[in-house]
Amino acid sequence: MTAVDVTAIAKSYGKVEVLSDITTHFPEGSFTSLLGPSGSGKTTLLRIIAGFVIPDTGRVTIGERDVTRVPVWARNIGMVFQSYALFPHMSVADNVAFGLAQRGVKGEPARREVQRALDMVHLGGFGTRKPKQLSGGQQQRVALARAIVTRPSVLLLDEPLSALDRRLRQEMQVELLRIQRESGLTTIFVTHDQEEALTLSDKVAILDRGRIVQIGAPTEVYERPRTRFAAEFLGDTNFFTGTVADGRVSLRNGMRIATASPLPANGAPVTLAVRPEKITVATRDAAPEDGLTNRVEGAIIASLYSGTALTYEVDAAGQRFKIFAQNRDARPLARGDEVTLSWSPDHTVPIEDAP
Amino acid sequence: MKLAARTYILAVLIFLYLPIAVLIAMGFNESPLYQLPFSFSSHWYVELMSNRKLLNASWNSVLIAAITAVIATVLGTLAAVALSRRQFFGKEALRLLLLPPIAIPWLITGTAMLVFFYWTGIGRGFHAILIGHVALAIPYVVLVVGTGLTTIRADLEEAAMSLGAPPVKAFFRVTLPLLAPSIFGAALFAFAVSLDQFVVSYFLATPGSSTLPVEIYSAIRKGFTPEINAVCTILLLGSVSIFLLFTLFAKPGASRDRS
Repeated sequence: MTAVDVTAIAKSYGKVEVLSDITTHFPEGSFTSLLGPSGSGKTTLLRIIAGFVIPDTGRVTIGERDVTRVPVWARNIGMVFQSYALFPHMSVADNVAFGLAQRGVKGEPARREVQRALDMVHLGGFGTRKPKQLSGGQQQRVALARAIVTRPSVLLLDEPLSALDRRLRQEMQVELLRIQRESGLTTIFVTHDQEEALTLSDKVAILDRGRIVQIGAPTEVYERPRTRFAAEFLGDTNFFTGTVADGRVSLRNGMRIATASPLPANGAPVTLAVRPEKITVATRDAAPEDGLTNRVEGAIIASLYSGTALTYEVDAAGQRFKIFAQNRDARPLARGDEVTLSWSPDHTVPIEDAP
Repeated sequence: MKLAARTYILAVLIFLYLPIAVLIAMGFNESPLYQLPFSFSSHWYVELMSNRKLLNASWNSVLIAAITAVIATVLGTLAAVALSRRQFFGKEALRLLLLPPIAIPWLITGTAMLVFFYWTGIGRGFHAILIGHVALAIPYVVLVVGTGLTTIRADLEEAAMSLGAPPVKAFFRVTLPLLAPSIFGAALFAFAVSLDQFVVSYFLATPGSSTLPVEIYSAIRKGFTPEINAVCTILLLGSVSIFLLFTLFAKPGASRDRS
């Protein structure tokens, strides 16, 4: 159990800058996701922490130890690869025992540790099998057991769930979280799946083109995205661009939208973001709900029914809205219905970068 | 149509195997002039046992092939691993230069070696043939082992390193065992390339160091007896066994994980 720090990390391949000036802290025992699209540098950052890639500049520390120049095999890490990378010529037990053998743990003590690790991933009876004889989910758990049995300083996961189908992936998320909590390992998890990142993590770091654009608790990065990229990458968002006028933002179509967040001076351009599920959609005659002081009138232009939920598209004076609604009403709203949209200024977040 | 196809295949097989069958049969025919009627005899095999020249040449051939297989396999495997797993200066040049020798006619390679060995003082003889054969066999080893390496994921070695194994250990514990079938196949290939080699051996042989193909060639020129058939049959048996072993062990992915 150790904290991990990266300081001023930069890495280029030729003229392509993959990471620039990354500084961040991974607290002891925390579960942090590195989330971003492909090419955002998240895997390179993980491989720098692992020691497979040497950064051009910057420092990596695991606990008190500066490991920037320490090779992979001397860093005491545990890593799970996207393809699991199980040794096909060894039994499951030998796979798990491999790291112990490198540390001089052999014989009966090694056998006990292997059994403990396999029990932890519910594969106690599979020690003598070959990896090929296991399903994808089971192979994944062997890879996890192999990575944690050595009690590494940090557990690194490189999109370990992306090869599994949806249901198995959800099961494994629960397992992974349980094992991480039980072992107390500082965990760094690379993924491009935003839901997975929000579900599993204590902290989510969103990467875009080699930079961490935002890092924080899942609720924080989701509810208060700081940039347009962060807002769009973590789910859907409605954006409004206008200028500040008397504590509100006035849009070009005349709408005036309130936000609970501080705004810049009058006349400054500003972009606001509102999540589609924060907006209440009601017929014109319905009584207004308390607190939802942003109100606009519009008409449904598209309605998508998906059982538990509905997705509406609404046009209000030329401004398009996307809205997610629970399927609660007697009759779903239909194209052409006249509606009132309302939402709270608390859920209206100014984003920092230019529109 | 089906019948025509079958007849065609049969004709091809007869064309390929009939001369060889006749060669084997005539080794067991008593007549020294290959005359019929056929009369079974192991006479020529007995004769062969006292033919010092042919026996010595056979021993040379097998010895050179065996040493060639060992040296070429070690050097070729190292080259293949370096080409597929490591970054180094001149890598692309090496990759480009390693394989064309397969396409260069042996006559040219042989002439070049003869001139070069004479010029550098290596000369001719057993050692010169050995060097020549190793040089001829290395590209085949690189090809066979290189193909084997493409079926072994590079992240297996990374996984071993992440678990605490230094690169050399990771290679010996993980990649090498998985690569063993390819390496064995490559060794057999190198052995066969050397055993079959005539042109280069002919150019570099001295009286005591000639190999079986060279000896058979000079025997044929002088007028020959079915002893040649006997020795060819034995050689054939050896080559076919090697080929069978090769197909058994070097089948791509035969015992490898390909998921």
